[in-house]
Amino acid sequence: MASAHSRMRCGEFRTNYRQDTTIFPTPLARRVAVVSVLLLMLVPMFGSAYQLNLLIQIGYYGIAALGLNIVVGFTGQISLGHAAFFGLGAFSSAWINSTTGIPVFFCIPLAGLMTMAVGLLVGIPAGRIKGLYLAIATLASQYILEDFFARADWFTGGSAGAMANPFSLFGYQMNSDRSYFYVVLFYVVIMYLAGTNLLRTRDGRAFVAVRDHYLSAEIMGINLNKYRILSFGISSLYAGIGGALFGHYLGFVSAEGFTIMLSIQFLAMVIIGGLGSVMGSMLGTVFMVLLPEVMEFGVHLVGSNNSALTQALAYIKEMAIGLAIILFLIFEPDGLSHRWKMIKNYWKLYPFSY
Amino acid sequence: MPDPALLLEVNDISLSFGGVHALTDVSFSVRKGEIFSIIGPNGAGKTSMLNCISGRYQPNKGSITFQQQEMIGLRPNDRCNLGIGRTFQNLALFNHMSVLDNIMVGRHHLLRNNFLNGSIYWLLGARKEELTHRAEVEDIIDFLEIAHIRKAIAGTLSYGLRKRVELARAVALRPDLILLDEPMAGMNLEEKEDMARYVIDLNEEWGMTVVMIEHDMGVVMDISHRVMVLDFGRKIAEGLPDEVMANPRVRTAYLGEDDGPSTTSAAAGEVA
Repeated sequence: MASAHSRMRCGEFRTNYRQDTTIFPTPLARRVAVVSVLLLMLVPMFGSAYQLNLLIQIGYYGIAALGLNIVVGFTGQISLGHAAFFGLGAFSSAWINSTTGIPVFFCIPLAGLMTMAVGLLVGIPAGRIKGLYLAIATLASQYILEDFFARADWFTGGSAGAMANPFSLFGYQMNSDRSYFYVVLFYVVIMYLAGTNLLRTRDGRAFVAVRDHYLSAEIMGINLNKYRILSFGISSLYAGIGGALFGHYLGFVSAEGFTIMLSIQFLAMVIIGGLGSVMGSMLGTVFMVLLPEVMEFGVHLVGSNNSALTQALAYIKEMAIGLAIILFLIFEPDGLSHRWKMIKNYWKLYPFSY
Repeated sequence: MPDPALLLEVNDISLSFGGVHALTDVSFSVRKGEIFSIIGPNGAGKTSMLNCISGRYQPNKGSITFQQQEMIGLRPNDRCNLGIGRTFQNLALFNHMSVLDNIMVGRHHLLRNNFLNGSIYWLLGARKEELTHRAEVEDIIDFLEIAHIRKAIAGTLSYGLRKRVELARAVALRPDLILLDEPMAGMNLEEKEDMARYVIDLNEEWGMTVVMIEHDMGVVMDISHRVMVLDFGRKIAEGLPDEVMANPRVRTAYLGEDDGPSTTSAAAGEVA
């Protein structure tokens, strides 16, 4: 009866509950994860600026994507306003830093909390509505915040944008890609660990319960409103921290960057990565960040002297995103993380089929 | 003076949806330690009654007291704190969660960790608490003999097993009163016997008072201490299983009537 997901690797024995509730299913998986983080720490020494830039992008978008996955994938709500919260995080961090002089080191988590507060506020009406109505309500929050960014000169600098000071630690300015990479990596590890922990404890289970069967969740003692609002809050926290990292990386935040297009890209990340999967959020982000680069590479490969193709590059990138979403919805609706699980299960039993 | 032996008292509950009277002036009480069955033909209002007790529906009139506390107006999610758990007629598991997580959701109101200390799992005691409850959940898994599917995804299980997981989840609430909505529906004979044994064990060993809706008369007559019969939203009989079976009104409700008027048809006329 036990499915392949639950089957243990041979030679692996769990003798207490603690071993049965680890983040990584096997000690090997944990070692692989630790080693890959250590390897990533070596990248700034060898990687080019271009590669580092991509990795940093993957980092801050990945944090925000995990936030969106918590509200969409785990709690089963929909949010079309994630980019606005991402932007709010970027502006908040820049604003806190420039008005109060609090070091950037503290501004990033503070910006996360500030965004979370706004997210909780948006979550109050959103907790009571479902489906299409909720989509429209979150769309409204996207436009309200965008409008706010454009008009609130005191906060965002209006159309001129806001300057974000570089990150510094003990007087050492981390304004190069090389050093900033470590800041982003640190936050990615912390936020992903926290997210995983959240989802294996009481409140995380409550989110999934609300998604899967809200009527019986209520009978199990779960306050539906509270958890719907909380999931918006936590998702905004992630968006805010991702956005703050983005702001201090670029050094300049302008309102044009946080449109509905970015919200849809975030949605694409979690759908392609896998709704309801922590690792999927990261896989989807990697996919979405690298897809345009791969397209560009492909175009240059096919015809660097074909001017029509080169001119169409911008459109090809956009279309590739759309095509990827459609193909994933048709062929792998559970996303990359599901595919990854299937591959793992296949090798677990190789060369026998069961 | 309320009788302390009464766990649940339902007084004059009426529930209507527009012009449809689902329940009309139903009163009954359940004593501590009883297995109390509610039976009746389809559409008699049995599940509506259970929904009123668990808080899904707010009755139009009447009162429900549980351990001398008024329940009308309490939200469903607050009622499990008082000690009421239930299962559903149509499966209501969290289909994408593992069986273990489903049952752990049942511990929700007993757990104290939240998103703050849950996120830093190792530091502020969330792990310790989770593991303590995990051990208790294992007792339930053991009792209901679902250890082999512990890690399986609930949505992939067979019907009989899902019913058992749902029971496990309700038991994990540690309720004083457990409401079972057709626990044996759609099961084969062997599964039914198992389920009947679990219900008796819950009642006798785990000390839970059981209110059960069931259509299988054999099971109802064998394991219930008392039985109530609903028909068209009205109570038509209550008492020991044998008494209820001998009641002519119950026979009419189930088998239809011979000739001549009966009180049941009068009641039906009012409802219609």
